[in-house]
Amino acid sequence: MKSYPETKTKSLKIGQGIIRYFRENLGIIIAFIVLYAFLAINPDTTHAFLKSQNMFNVLRQISTNLYLACGMTMVIILGGIDLSVGSIIALSGCVAAACVVRYGLSIPVALFAGILIGVVFGMFNGVIVSKTTIPAFIVTLATMNIARGLAYVYTGGSPVRVVSKQWQFLGAGYIGIFPTPVIILVVILIVTGILMNNAKFGRYIYAVGGNVQAAQFSGISVTRVKFWVYTYSGLMAGIAGVVLASRMYSGQPTAGNGAEMDAIAAVVVGGTSMAGGSGKIGGTIIGALIIGFLNNGLNLMDVNSFWQYVVKGVVILLAVFIDFVRNRNKK
Amino acid sequence: MSDKILLKMVNIHKRFPGVYALKNIDFELKEGEVHALLGENGAGKSTLIKVLGGIHRPDEGEIFINGQRTEINNVFDAQKNGIAIIHQELVLVPHMTVAENIFLGREPMKGKFIDKDKMNTETEKLLLTYGMNFTPETLVVDLTIAQQQMVEIVKAISCNSRILVMDEPTSSISDKEVDFLFSIMRTLKEKKVGIIYISHKMSELWQICDRVTVLRDGQYIGTEEVKNITKDHLITMMVGRQLSHYYTREFQVPGKVLLKAEHISDGNMVRDVSFELHEGEILGLSGLIGAGRSEAMHCVFGLTKKYKGTVWIRGKQMHFTSAVDAVKNGIALVPEDRKLEGLYYVQSVKYNATIEVLRQFITGIYLNKKAETEIAAEYTELMNTKTPSLEQTMRNLSGGNQQKVMIGRWLATEPAILILDEPTRGVDVGAKAEIYAIMNELVKKGLGIIMISSELPEIINMSDRIYVMANGRVTGCINHADAAQETIMKLAAE
Repeated sequence: MKSYPETKTKSLKIGQGIIRYFRENLGIIIAFIVLYAFLAINPDTTHAFLKSQNMFNVLRQISTNLYLACGMTMVIILGGIDLSVGSIIALSGCVAAACVVRYGLSIPVALFAGILIGVVFGMFNGVIVSKTTIPAFIVTLATMNIARGLAYVYTGGSPVRVVSKQWQFLGAGYIGIFPTPVIILVVILIVTGILMNNAKFGRYIYAVGGNVQAAQFSGISVTRVKFWVYTYSGLMAGIAGVVLASRMYSGQPTAGNGAEMDAIAAVVVGGTSMAGGSGKIGGTIIGALIIGFLNNGLNLMDVNSFWQYVVKGVVILLAVFIDFVRNRNKK
Repeated sequence: MSDKILLKMVNIHKRFPGVYALKNIDFELKEGEVHALLGENGAGKSTLIKVLGGIHRPDEGEIFINGQRTEINNVFDAQKNGIAIIHQELVLVPHMTVAENIFLGREPMKGKFIDKDKMNTETEKLLLTYGMNFTPETLVVDLTIAQQQMVEIVKAISCNSRILVMDEPTSSISDKEVDFLFSIMRTLKEKKVGIIYISHKMSELWQICDRVTVLRDGQYIGTEEVKNITKDHLITMMVGRQLSHYYTREFQVPGKVLLKAEHISDGNMVRDVSFELHEGEILGLSGLIGAGRSEAMHCVFGLTKKYKGTVWIRGKQMHFTSAVDAVKNGIALVPEDRKLEGLYYVQSVKYNATIEVLRQFITGIYLNKKAETEIAAEYTELMNTKTPSLEQTMRNLSGGNQQKVMIGRWLATEPAILILDEPTRGVDVGAKAEIYAIMNELVKKGLGIIMISSELPEIINMSDRIYVMANGRVTGCINHADAAQETIMKLAAE
């Protein structure tokens, strides 16, 4: 039998995996290192930036974005988009908070209810996107408005405050020395990574996103794959919603405004193609880190918050542009 | 054909990083000539055409048009010099009308507005000249592939192109449409247009071409008058060695009935189709495009859920409602359009080769990477697929190798019944011969193969029995011994 390059031992495999990871994501990894080094060396920021409290703060902020981005990576590889996640954050946070304040339910039940809201919205998106030919952009644009609207209606427009130490554990607490949201993030990343890389489900996502018709000929149930991917995205939004509500001591109908765009930005900066069929969760992680540290750095440098938007936009374009140039040279 | 030389390319060289794509190529085209450009995939045909079309600049060499030395630096230069290329992938705008497409970018104006009336009447005239039966206001999306090709040709002519390059124009149209295309080409010859014709279907050469130039591995092999040359000689020129057995087929006595279908109708393209497939036989399915051949197979394979009729597998009645069921019961279908229906272009060879057999190496969340590589390697090896590595991205493989990956993917499911829909379309000669040899090996092992094909020589030489379909019905069944082109054509036209 002709031999193809094949890895022999486990340790070598992991080593090669890491090398490959670096090679594939070279552009954004360099961008991240430059950004990090700049913030660490710059006299304006070095003092505040390197404090462990600041690091944890950034990670905490990145966490919720990365929950969403995990779902979003799947959705975008599938060839779709999910605009509703930001609004779902608000609704699930409000519902969870109201469960405690209005109905006196226990906190775990309330959190579960909040997450469930996310799952239900995800399923709703999933059913419509998979059973009809209505574009995902339109479907989730609609549910984005519906969820946001419901959050306002349900709360009457004002935050639902929860005063309870226990409530804050999820968003503002610690497990050991690590902030709880970061621990949750690690779990989610592992689960998503396994789903994408090891399970059949992951391969099916690439197949459907790469070539729907081929997937059908392969006997892959396109409907089912789409449904579960959008449901997963909804689940992620639900989790992000309750974590955020916990951190802010309240369910706020304005929460998560524009969060979907940060998630999409993380995915795209991470090298996933909007055309679907290709992309990696590993890239998304770096994408989210870049956006998170950028926000943090701009704050530390006291950049006018209006200008922060401009800088963020330029960085997104730059990161994607690097990939564009690299891909063009490859061809 | 006059003796006036329209185009002369001399000493063309083109290097890409790592590849010497064209080495010292000469090419000549006369007025009113159809000049075939022949070679296997990777021989340099497309590169040469891209040099002519201004997409690539040659590193060395000269181009003369009407005897004048001409620099072609970009696509506009090519157009200005009357060169038009009709690509394999058509580049019409689907939701615009025929007239709008033909005049795209050079619309006749009346003041500040487009003169639609003039555009339509001009187009009408052109369509009439070439005997086309659709109106200028038809949307391109409503035309068949063949008709769209005609629109491309008319568009080229209307730009006063004198040199027309046709890249595999017949690869996706039926024989009847091919005849029509050839008649248009003959009209063009009379108008002194020179045509460079690229095709993998060699039998067409003797129908329409005057001369043929063969390239191999980026080198110029020779130019011959078509009437003085045999097919065997051409193949030898193309592959550089003699292919003694182009069609490998050892006929044997077929075994038990594997698959039996009776009165299959899908209420649309398939009407009352019945057939039988035995162990160890190749069943050819012939007919024109749109005869319902693929659609009939889609019923059997479970891709069409709602069909009437009965299917038996080894005597057991079945009605599949999804491809998964069919695969479980030992049927595999390699689809017609591998690009559209089969391949995951941006993924690796390994991914593409194993997508059908994931359960052999994924259990829950445990992924056995070694088993994955072994399966991919086994079938890459079996199919003799040429790829630098299993991690290679699919789109970088040649058409023939892509097809081999596709067939290998389905063989990995270890099917008893293999349905091949146009298995050699867009595949070069060497790879074709290999695919035939593999088919022969498979039936020797007792598999039953159903081969849908629009290429008559292939159907005639490979099949034990040939079913011919027309308008959704089976119009006849011919045994290998009685198979002849005329008989099949007659049945196909019924």
